[in-house]
Amino acid sequence: MERAAPLVLVLAGHVDHGKSSLLGRLLHELDLLPAGKAEELAAMSTRRGVPLEWSFVLDGFQAERDQAITLDTTRVRLKTPNREFVVIDAPGHKELLKNMIGGASAAAAALLVLDVQAGSEEQTLRHAYLLKLLGIRALLVAINKMDLPGYAEAAFEARAREVTAALARIGIEPIAIVPVSARDGANLRERGAMPGWYRGPSLVAALEALPAATPDRVLPLRMPVQDVYRHGERRVLAGRLDSGRMAVGDELVFSPSGRTGKVAELLSWPGPAQDAVEAGDNASVVLDRPLVVERGDVASHHEHAPKLTAVFDAEIFWLSATPLVPGRELTMQLGPRAAAVRVQAIRHRIDVATLAPELAGTIAAGEIASVTLRAHELIAVDDFAAMPATGRFVLRDAYVTVGGGIVDASGYPDHRAMPDRARNLTPMRHQVTETERASRFGHAGAVIWLTGLSASGKSTLAMALERRLFDGGYATFVLDGDNVRRGLNANLGFSPEDRQENIRRVGEAAALFAEAGFVCITAFISPYCDDRRRARAAVAKGHFLEVYVKADLAACEARDPKGLYRRAREGELKGFTGIDSPYEEPEAPDLIVDTMQENIAACVDKLIEFVAARCRV
Amino acid sequence: MPDYLHALEQQSIHVIREAHARLKPLAMLWSLGKDSNTMLWLVRKAFLGRVPFPVMLLDTGNEFPEVYEFRDRLLAEWGLDYVNAACPPIEATDATLPPAARAAARKTLGLKAIIAERGFRGILLGIRRDEQLIRGKERVFSPRRPDGSWDFRNQPAEFWDHYQTDFPADVHVRVHPLLAWTELDIWRYVERERIPVCELYFARGGKRYRSLGESDITFPIESDAATIPEIIAELERTRQSERAGRAMDHEREDTFERLRAAGYM
Repeated sequence: MERAAPLVLVLAGHVDHGKSSLLGRLLHELDLLPAGKAEELAAMSTRRGVPLEWSFVLDGFQAERDQAITLDTTRVRLKTPNREFVVIDAPGHKELLKNMIGGASAAAAALLVLDVQAGSEEQTLRHAYLLKLLGIRALLVAINKMDLPGYAEAAFEARAREVTAALARIGIEPIAIVPVSARDGANLRERGAMPGWYRGPSLVAALEALPAATPDRVLPLRMPVQDVYRHGERRVLAGRLDSGRMAVGDELVFSPSGRTGKVAELLSWPGPAQDAVEAGDNASVVLDRPLVVERGDVASHHEHAPKLTAVFDAEIFWLSATPLVPGRELTMQLGPRAAAVRVQAIRHRIDVATLAPELAGTIAAGEIASVTLRAHELIAVDDFAAMPATGRFVLRDAYVTVGGGIVDASGYPDHRAMPDRARNLTPMRHQVTETERASRFGHAGAVIWLTGLSASGKSTLAMALERRLFDGGYATFVLDGDNVRRGLNANLGFSPEDRQENIRRVGEAAALFAEAGFVCITAFISPYCDDRRRARAAVAKGHFLEVYVKADLAACEARDPKGLYRRAREGELKGFTGIDSPYEEPEAPDLIVDTMQENIAACVDKLIEFVAARCRV
Repeated sequence: MPDYLHALEQQSIHVIREAHARLKPLAMLWSLGKDSNTMLWLVRKAFLGRVPFPVMLLDTGNEFPEVYEFRDRLLAEWGLDYVNAACPPIEATDATLPPAARAAARKTLGLKAIIAERGFRGILLGIRRDEQLIRGKERVFSPRRPDGSWDFRNQPAEFWDHYQTDFPADVHVRVHPLLAWTELDIWRYVERERIPVCELYFARGGKRYRSLGESDITFPIESDAATIPEIIAELERTRQSERAGRAMDHEREDTFERLRAAGYM
């Protein structure tokens, strides 16, 4: 007979709202406590001079019983008449957030326990927000201590309305809200003792109705390589499938290297080799060819391979007493993969009381924030929203776990599709030299790369600069969206990949102008550091000059000459830089012109001076 | 649809492979009970039949004779790299502990001595959360200070299964692949996989051992369960705790916590 997997359920909620007591009493009501346990609890409670304390069932540490507070998570099996559960009792206290998150991260569903007489404190909201961030969708609310207001309907209804409204702001709709009393054992197993006004389910009935965890087998294949074994003559790749399915004969691609190989055998002991393995299974893969694969590489199929990028956004929870600041170097662990990352920017902090994003320079322990992380090289990532098992990570600083988070790389292009600069071509030697061109024109060729938000002033500056340079005897030309998008890049749209390709072609075209001896000015938002770095690499060293046209989002949005920001805010334009698509500020631009502080004429003067200093021979 | 035992098995194999990949040198504690035999079976599954590290018995000399015979049989059949770690005498243990706990504490000292001698960075142990409340608080990868003690008030956060395996050089890590299993899961798995277990678990003359410890501090329970299906049926009915026959658990409220904080398994 096959036994269904128990549903993993975490108990969450504010300290002192009675999570452990509720679970202890529930175990008693379901007749799951060992013989003599109730008597033992009575004795422990008497020794401490308190009424019978059901939480002592689970609070295993002496200190937990002495302080009547749960310090660390524990897990117990709970068997109701029709279902089995693994219940994780997690501490509610703010100081113990890391233990709560650790417990909750293993769960598929949550039971939020609230005191009927207390308000929805910040800690309750924080827990609910974290549950959502951790990907827990099924949430049940138990309104506890109903004995205190004498099982009054009004008290229950007021509390239920309040919590429903608070959860709605987070985007959670509870599956049920159940009034209970752990002390009296009311409405736990049966509705019996409840007054007539209550017609909903008992807690056990509500638990049994929770949806089962959705399997990851239907998602695309991901197998991070954990180890490589030698088994007789064969090399065996060991790894667990985080999602999907793998069969003998499948062609695998390993990221980030892009190497490929076919599954020749899936070994097993004892018993014969397997034909296929699926999500949750530990595979022992033999490939059809010798391949350099190491721990941390991710195997997938060619279709639906993970995104390759060095930069991505993430929503993180921070646990360290040392606040997080931009520029901080950390180690990110995704399963067996570890990558050095830098916090490129703190995008905003989430205020759990109001749930509004707010600007923040630092992130303190217990806070939740959206950040931009940059790895030192390309890594394979998945968006948590689509691929939960491979879209989440832990942040470490040396030997300390300082946080964790979930990946949202949707605003960044996939580098998997990027063509390499043609390796097999031998460039022809021009008979006209760079020096000859410079002496003919009176200046060296260069690319003046303007980057900044939409409406920061790039095009206006570019056109004014082109006029002034031309009048001053320069050979010069502007590349902007109008003359490039209509011809050279007419086949490109506005997805992250197409925007990346757009900038790649502009970079290459600008490089040709510079090589021809022109001062080529480009005016593109070019939001990604990586794209600008690649454009720089296409040009001879010292001839690429990155200019940050600086104006913040508020200023650009106030200008909004083409009404684009308004349309983006209204949801009409998707993926608009600064609104729902990222802009990475240049870290070390060759020049900054601040269009909030100075007028166009002053900025152009500054640019002219800059070009003359860098290009005049 | 894979069943629940399969899910538990795969989760444990993942942990064992992670320990082998990250903690070197690694060893496994083999107490010869049903749990550590299950763990040894999972190790063989993880490494396609091999056991690529030593298996150690913390030997007080007080195991039941049937346990030693069982060990000798498996050593011959499975070709294991076996380490017999002798435990110091009871006089070397903390004199403020109750008597049975002192007998158990000999194992703590034996473990510390062998870790010091062989420099192990990781030790696989077959403890389970449902055995004992304090064990319920454990992490899968649980770091120990150089003196072997457990800083249970400040355990590292363990999220999803991105286990932390990097620690300072003087820390060793206790790895617990069976933490999520229950006693019933173990017996159902032993039955399904036909894993060998010591004969003392099966009833003779109305008594059997439910949990195996030192012969001087472990007592049998009343039982007629003489086969694995009978044991499973008994466990589905019983409300006695598994460790009811382990004297050290019942001396004082905090004994087990003190033992574990000092480095007991």
